[in-house]
Amino acid sequence: MTRALFLLPLLLFAVVAGYFFTALRPSHDTRELPSALLDKPAPAFDLAGLGSDKRLTLDGLKGRPSVINFFASWCAPCRIEHPVLMRLAKQDKVAIYGISYKDKSEASTNFLTTLGDPYRQVGLDPDGRTGLNFGVYGVPETYVLDGNGVIRKRFVGPLSAEAVDRELLPLLKKLGAS
Amino acid sequence: MRALLAACLLLAMTVAAPAVEPREKLPDPAQEARARDISSGLRCLVCQNESIDDSGAELAHDIRVFVRERIAAGDNNRQVVDAVVSRYGSFVLLKPPVEPATYLLWFGPPVLVLIGLAGTFVWVSRRRATATAAEPAPLSAEEQRRLQGLLEDQDR
Repeated sequence: MTRALFLLPLLLFAVVAGYFFTALRPSHDTRELPSALLDKPAPAFDLAGLGSDKRLTLDGLKGRPSVINFFASWCAPCRIEHPVLMRLAKQDKVAIYGISYKDKSEASTNFLTTLGDPYRQVGLDPDGRTGLNFGVYGVPETYVLDGNGVIRKRFVGPLSAEAVDRELLPLLKKLGAS
Repeated sequence: MRALLAACLLLAMTVAAPAVEPREKLPDPAQEARARDISSGLRCLVCQNESIDDSGAELAHDIRVFVRERIAAGDNNRQVVDAVVSRYGSFVLLKPPVEPATYLLWFGPPVLVLIGLAGTFVWVSRRRATATAAEPAPLSAEEQRRLQGLLEDQDR
């Protein structure tokens, strides 16, 4: 029994080392937070459309899985992410909707005509209130909604091709997108 | 010298300025005070170690305005905080709430102290037990004789 006590420091070391090993691994981003709305219904929105009279609403998205991407023309990481969205749009597996976050509509239009438009529809969120309701704390952020409008996944920061292949596409498959 | 004094005086007068902008403020001072109080407990998610009351980040501004809107709409402090937490998660609270995910954080240190105290208590009481239990055995006749011999040697 007393002998076993000598193992205690070793055990404590193993626990602490295990914690550091997971918390300090290079792929662990401390700034990435889980969404508070995960597996909860997405907050309702009703936004003016970019370049069309049709408004972008949550109800309009329901019925099939969808991807919502918060972007802005002033956001550099959004430009890094852009080709990945274009590729995803080309695969035609899911409808991608854009929400232009705190951006002027002309600037967003310019951004999309220059680089290409991966979105089925774009809504304008000039004061960032829809972003606030989603818990957006920086652009870009990407949300995956199921057919009932429930948030199933959030990607913080630019979406990588790897994240699309490893996480987004399998999730969409599970949700029954076609 | 005078310039140095003046510089010191100026430096002494500086205070950390809150980031609240005049246009954000509520007209009612009591409501504004509540907003400041709530804001100082909410984390700015961009800077992560500053409250939204101190942070100049755009997002902090948005949340400050949101907090003030909710107060003006008649929410109590609890409702305002809950509204922010429901959007950003309990990470926005600078003081973590007591919930299953944070039990280790809140109760870990006291539990470790208790374990340490218990360990010390066991160790001390065991030492005391061995100290009293191991009363040395009386000398045997042979030992008595040797001791006597040594003492006599010394006396000579």
